[in-house]
Amino acid sequence: MLLREVAYAKPASLAEALEILAADDGARALAGGQTLINVMKARAGSPDTLVDLSALEELKGIELGGDGTLEIGAMATYTEIMASSEARARPILGEVCAQIADVQVRNRGTIGGNVCTNDPTNHLPPLLAAFGARFTIAGAGGERTVSSDDFFLGVYLTAVGSGELLTSVTIPAGRNDGFAAVTLGVEGTCIASAAASLNGSVRIALGCVDAVPVVLTPPSDDAEAVRKAVRDANMEPPSDVHASSDYRRHLAEVLAVRAVDQARGAA
Amino acid sequence: MSATTERSITVTINGTTYEREVEARKLLIHFVRDDLDLTGSHIGCDTGNCGACSLIVDGTLVKSCMMLAVQADGATIESVEGLADGDELNKLQEAFRAHHALQCGYCTPGMLMSATALLRANPHPSDDEIKKALQGNICRCTGYWNIFEAVKAAAE
Repeated sequence: MLLREVAYAKPASLAEALEILAADDGARALAGGQTLINVMKARAGSPDTLVDLSALEELKGIELGGDGTLEIGAMATYTEIMASSEARARPILGEVCAQIADVQVRNRGTIGGNVCTNDPTNHLPPLLAAFGARFTIAGAGGERTVSSDDFFLGVYLTAVGSGELLTSVTIPAGRNDGFAAVTLGVEGTCIASAAASLNGSVRIALGCVDAVPVVLTPPSDDAEAVRKAVRDANMEPPSDVHASSDYRRHLAEVLAVRAVDQARGAA
Repeated sequence: MSATTERSITVTINGTTYEREVEARKLLIHFVRDDLDLTGSHIGCDTGNCGACSLIVDGTLVKSCMMLAVQADGATIESVEGLADGDELNKLQEAFRAHHALQCGYCTPGMLMSATALLRANPHPSDDEIKKALQGNICRCTGYWNIFEAVKAAAE
């Protein structure tokens, strides 16, 4: 399909990219393009300028710190995360990336694009919310870091403001994680999803039930405690052609228990 | 480098280097088909679902309807036209023929590129690995079993 006319820039450094984004209200970051290009085809979004982030070394790489902290560049693709020996420090991350779409999409789609899109049906927002990940955002005024609780603000909306870029995602050490989803087709879009992290405390994040991941911290990983925490959240999930609000609420409870079971099995 | 709505790009496809002026809004699949007249790669859904436009760009399998031509500047690209040696089909193409792995043939160029990428990375895939590798390619004739058998035969 022919897209609306658009300008294209491929900056060589983060500073240059931020400068272009700050100078032009109609400029948008182009990461892997596996969402944005289709959004542009549908005219659901019509940026005036695309800022291709693929040459920015500052946004690449996957590093494992001595304390087990994982730092993943925003431009790391799902395939790179799946293949990374460093990322295996948190095995669920590669396992979930392997469930996203198909080989071609995983080869180009990025962790940064996935979370900055913050589509409620995406896999990584709930997973990173369950991890308690931190997000580093660069802008004209320098860098700041926000928690997952403050990063996801609404549907398609995050703490990354105009003229800013997500540069990396920092994931604390831990191995006892789980993820469960009901999807459209084997590895399709999520209808409902849940991620669980049992690393010190019980932290569950539910996807597809609200504009942002719903984070719960039940007092124990016991199935009844998990179910009660989901019920007590009093969620009003959206209804659509795939699932009614009631059914999503039901799935959230079931999937939360499954995710916690998987996390317990990993312990 | 400032933002422009057009730029000059250089790509090498199946060993031939092309330099062209392209609009930034042009998808890679349109560039390959319309500007370079390499019409073996197809446009099926144009939404990133069907995989008929799959190409190998710098060694990586991609859907070329979800990539701009300008993003391929400097890249080395492989398309279905590069598989055969003249009239001589390669082993994978022969296997597709022997196993009747195409009915209407529309999805075939994408299936071949996905299978090529798979067998290069993993010359002896398991049955599940073959199915996973072809997950991003849809055959509207639903001839999946024959495609699966062809890829399996080519791997042996």
